[in-house]
Amino acid sequence: MAEVLVFVDHVDGAVRKPTLELLTLARRIGEPVAVALGNGAADTAAVLAEHGAVKVLTADASEFADYLVVPKVDALQAAYDAVSPAAVLLPSSAEAKEIAARLAVRIGSGIITDAVDLEAGDQGPVATQSAFAASYTTKSRVSKGIPVVTVKPNSAPVEPAPAAGAVEALAVSFSAQATGTKVVSRTPRESTGRPELTEAAIVVSGGRGVNGAENFHIIEALADSLGAAVGASRAAVDAGWYPHTNQVGQTGKSVSPQLYIASGISGAIQHRAGMQTSKTIVAINKDAEAPIFDLVDYGVVGDLFNVVPQLTDEVTARKG
Amino acid sequence: MSLRIVVCVKYVPDATGDRHFADDLTLDREDVDGLLSELDEYAVEQALQIADAADDAEVTVLTVGPEDAKDALRKALSMGADKAVHVEDDDLHGTDAIGTSLVLAKAIEKTGYDLVISGMASTDGTMGVVPALLAERLGVPQVTLLSEVSVEGGVVRGRRDGDSASEQLEASLPAVVSVTDQSGEARYPSFKGIMAAKKKPVESLDLDDLGIDADEVGLGGSWTAVDSAAARPARTAGTIVKDEGEGGKALAEFLAGQKFV
Ligand SMILES: Cc1cc2nc3c(=O)[nH]c(=O)nc-3n(C[C@H](O)[C@H](O)[C@H](O)COP(=O)(O)OP(=O)(O)OC[C@H]3O[C@@H](n4cnc5c(N)ncnc54)[C@H](O)[C@@H]3O)c2cc1C
Ligand SMILES: Cc1cc2nc3c(=O)[nH]c(=O)nc-3n(C[C@H](O)[C@H](O)[C@H](O)COP(=O)(O)OP(=O)(O)OC[C@H]3O[C@@H](n4cnc5c(N)ncnc54)[C@H](O)[C@@H]3O)c2cc1C
Repeated sequence: MAEVLVFVDHVDGAVRKPTLELLTLARRIGEPVAVALGNGAADTAAVLAEHGAVKVLTADASEFADYLVVPKVDALQAAYDAVSPAAVLLPSSAEAKEIAARLAVRIGSGIITDAVDLEAGDQGPVATQSAFAASYTTKSRVSKGIPVVTVKPNSAPVEPAPAAGAVEALAVSFSAQATGTKVVSRTPRESTGRPELTEAAIVVSGGRGVNGAENFHIIEALADSLGAAVGASRAAVDAGWYPHTNQVGQTGKSVSPQLYIASGISGAIQHRAGMQTSKTIVAINKDAEAPIFDLVDYGVVGDLFNVVPQLTDEVTARKG
Repeated sequence: MSLRIVVCVKYVPDATGDRHFADDLTLDREDVDGLLSELDEYAVEQALQIADAADDAEVTVLTVGPEDAKDALRKALSMGADKAVHVEDDDLHGTDAIGTSLVLAKAIEKTGYDLVISGMASTDGTMGVVPALLAERLGVPQVTLLSEVSVEGGVVRGRRDGDSASEQLEASLPAVVSVTDQSGEARYPSFKGIMAAKKKPVESLDLDDLGIDADEVGLGGSWTAVDSAAARPARTAGTIVKDEGEGGKALAEFLAGQKFV
């Protein structure tokens, strides 16, 4: 059976959920061979094996942390040369998309980004993409070379499928470009303790209607009652009410949770681009004409300062 | 020595219009107005600021696109860029990201550059890969997704705000940079700028000029193939209630019914 390279997204050995989803998709095409790089790479093996990785290729070197993107491209290319896979899958993070792009040029292959599904086909893997702010669904293929595909979070279920997961050290020789862009310093983001925005099953977002940073605790309280991540519209972010890393939309995060709750958000096309593929959409807005209501499964026309706290209390009561 | 800056700008269909696919499954450009991708305005802005801070600099805007893509170049010129290069060729119709990066890289090499600046992503394809593809093809450092950027003494520095950390980056020129919409508001063209733009040079290049074979680009030469495109079925109309004091409770009831609570 053909092998499929899966690029592992992990933090110091803790594998992020989108990678486990990739393993589910990879198994539809062949046998997953995972590539884990950097600090803690070998620690990823157990969970990758539980989810179907027949092999885990690992490499660590200071280059991965000290220079941008290219060292990881060099390593993935080394894995590609060692395995000759039928496809290369990566998560759709900003960094992994850039890694994918550069690898594709090097191996003379086409690239598909932001797939929301992947299936085996007669002429190779077929990717489903969501285009024009999710108003279209397309099916596409890589027609030259070995498919390089990046997949959005929440595109596949995480399914256990125990496999050998044999760890092998990957020999990497770095290219002349590897040390081109130096990471001079790195300030890690503080954890809020809430789920990761792109991976969360429920996202609760606030917009301009929240009317001030001091009111965002209303949105956070609802999120916490549901075990959800917090998102924000660009208007709320630009006003400085919430961090940019929480922005949902075209230039923010693209989310695809089971449930999305928008409060005080009008539903501009650029916001919709980042949340329209959510399974269930709920909105609270005092303007009955707000475009967000065109998308909703359930909408409340009302003042969020009344509706949201009442909802939070009710959810807490029902759970308690 | 003059600092040569090339800004890549894409001509895209207006996102607020009714965008759709044509029969050949490429972007239908007939029914929707095109414009300079809003995210590329940030690239033009940063190029102009870097040029202003340099002793001597020249800003060239570059696009690969159909005839109407001149509108995008005009807009960038009216913001203050010095000259424009337009790669235009019927054989380019349907080119994918790998092909586009090939054409852009050849045009950039032909124009001559110390710094290439791009937007973070186009507003139509939204892949966010072209800057990395250009750096790979040109063999120069990529300093991408910057929310802050400066150039001094042949070194580009910037801040990349990622998911898990914020990083300070540094590379020697020549380099490829991409900037996000957090890098600073783009200026509006002034009346003077719009008038001046009419006199600025726009160079047209075709595939022959760049030494690119037609079968490496376009729909036929594409590295990817779109097999189908279907409009997403309209969502079935949802329930909309007016809050008369119990709206939050009703919503909780709905969420419980859907097993979210
Ligand atoms: C290139 C580009 C990229 C962009 N990228 C993004 C992006 O990634 N994400 C994004 O979100 N936007 C993005 N935008 C901006 C987008 O166009 C909108 O401006 C933005 O989404 C509006 O945010 P909003 O809905 O919070 O604010 P508004 O449009 O001002 O809407 C506020 C809503 O709150 C309601 N409201 C007010 N008070 C209350 C109350 N007390 N109770 C209930 N409802 C209330 C109002 O009725 C209104 O509908 C982008 C724009 C451009 C040009
Ligand atoms: C809905 C849709 C989905 C697509 N999916 C794929 C796919 O999966 N794989 C694939 O190979 N192609 C795909 N394409 C085609 C691809 O978008 C184009 O080839 C495109 O020119 C390059 O990708 P991008 O627009 O996503 O650019 P991005 O990588 O998002 O653009 C980043 C920056 O590169 C510069 N840039 C990009 N294109 C140009 C240009 N023509 N002229 C000047 N500067 C430019 C701009 O500065 C821009 O801000 C898709 C197109 C559409 C409309």
